[in-house]
Amino acid sequence: MSAPARSQATPTTPAANVTVVAPGLIGAARALIARDLRLLWRRRGDALQPALFALLMVALFALALGGDHAALAKVAAGVLWLACLLAGLLALDSLFRGDAEDGSLEQWMLAPVPLGWLVAVRTFTHWATTSLPLLIAAPVLGELLYLPREQLPVLLLSLALGTPVLSLLGAVVAALTVGMRRSGILVALLALPLYVPVLVFGAGSVARAAQGLDPVGGLLLLAAILAVTLLLAPLAAAAAIRIALN
Amino acid sequence: MNPLVLWFHKLGSPPLFDRFAARWARWGYGLGLLVMAWGIYGALFVVPPHSEQLDGFRIFYIHVPSAWMSLAVFALMAIYSAIALVWRIKLCEILAMACAPIGAGFTLITLATGSIWGKPMWGTWWEWDPRLTTELILLFLYLGVIGLYHAIDDRRNAARAAGLLAIVGVALLPVIRYSVVWWNSLHQGSTINMFGQSHMDASMLPPLIWMLIGTKLWFVGALLSRARADNLRRESGKAWVAELVAGKRA
Repeated sequence: MSAPARSQATPTTPAANVTVVAPGLIGAARALIARDLRLLWRRRGDALQPALFALLMVALFALALGGDHAALAKVAAGVLWLACLLAGLLALDSLFRGDAEDGSLEQWMLAPVPLGWLVAVRTFTHWATTSLPLLIAAPVLGELLYLPREQLPVLLLSLALGTPVLSLLGAVVAALTVGMRRSGILVALLALPLYVPVLVFGAGSVARAAQGLDPVGGLLLLAAILAVTLLLAPLAAAAAIRIALN
Repeated sequence: MNPLVLWFHKLGSPPLFDRFAARWARWGYGLGLLVMAWGIYGALFVVPPHSEQLDGFRIFYIHVPSAWMSLAVFALMAIYSAIALVWRIKLCEILAMACAPIGAGFTLITLATGSIWGKPMWGTWWEWDPRLTTELILLFLYLGVIGLYHAIDDRRNAARAAGLLAIVGVALLPVIRYSVVWWNSLHQGSTINMFGQSHMDASMLPPLIWMLIGTKLWFVGALLSRARADNLRRESGKAWVAELVAGKRA
């Protein structure tokens, strides 16, 4: 698994007798993450948009409910869950699209590492750049919505377990629509039904904690869903990419 | 080659399938309607009224078979899709995509009849109960499969992509099937016991079985005629279709 003497990124001439040492799984992952993060850093403004969207959504909810503290506290956990879910959803379309347009995805398919692995790594970057900032911001956003403090640990735990599942399922949907010129609302239409169980268990466990019940059951189910999707979703997304670029 | 296997392989050929589907779709529809008519007659006139729900329970003879079909058709769609993805059998892609609108129809009937039953019995058209919610998600999944199939231009790629979505969606089926069992501990009250064996008297059972058989036969007819239409559309440039159409006109 350890990267065996990675070949330098610039192969000069593809001469037949030059043996190019293929990068290992870790090496490929490191290179992909570094590239994605660098690209993200080059357009820092765009990268902030999911977090801004979540903040705006929280503000709109507060305004729509008229700033009623009790009403806001009651729906705070659900609103935060939805804000994270929708922010991730908006970023889905760009998950593979740029790479599909500039031909990088074809290179992924030809790469000596499994396509599913690259998909998993890219999905991790997606989660780390869209959901993780929201997870860090959740205490502040919760404070804005008068989220009862004792619900915060359960909310954070459910988000930490649930949002990777959302990214993984979203990767499958994004891969399915990558062949289309514009997927538009179809991505949301395909992804949201798949998101429902995660939302039910995630927001549901916080709601149970709010009622003074034990939220562990829902969290364990979320963890189980995460384990299964972690295994299967990258493979399904890889299959979808193969179909789309056929 | 074994004649049965040979016949099965031959059926993959579009012209042969067209002839097969044209013949058997009629039988599926005809027998299905006949059996369902018998089942409806039994459900409406033979079975005595329920002790508590009186005549209200009779809608179950539509509701239960269509709920059953809504799950079975999805599973069948996923199986056809898996076969299409692995062995690239064109006919299986067609059959899988023909399943989607029929399954969506059954799901819609299930939701509608459940809602109509729920109004007098529960006092509400809709309850955010796990069984109802998951059935609604199933409808959205069907619509997603149909939408994806029509959003991609290349028919074969479209069928494979939508088929993959169907396979991913299969994860929902056990959730729907066991939602009543699983959520009992979480969800107090509002448990639907329509699948409970204990609540069914033996005299009420035969019409339900007729309806279950009838919907399946009708489904065979619908599936074959839908698949036949899609098959003809895909093969529209071929000589045998031209001959078929010319023969019809003559």
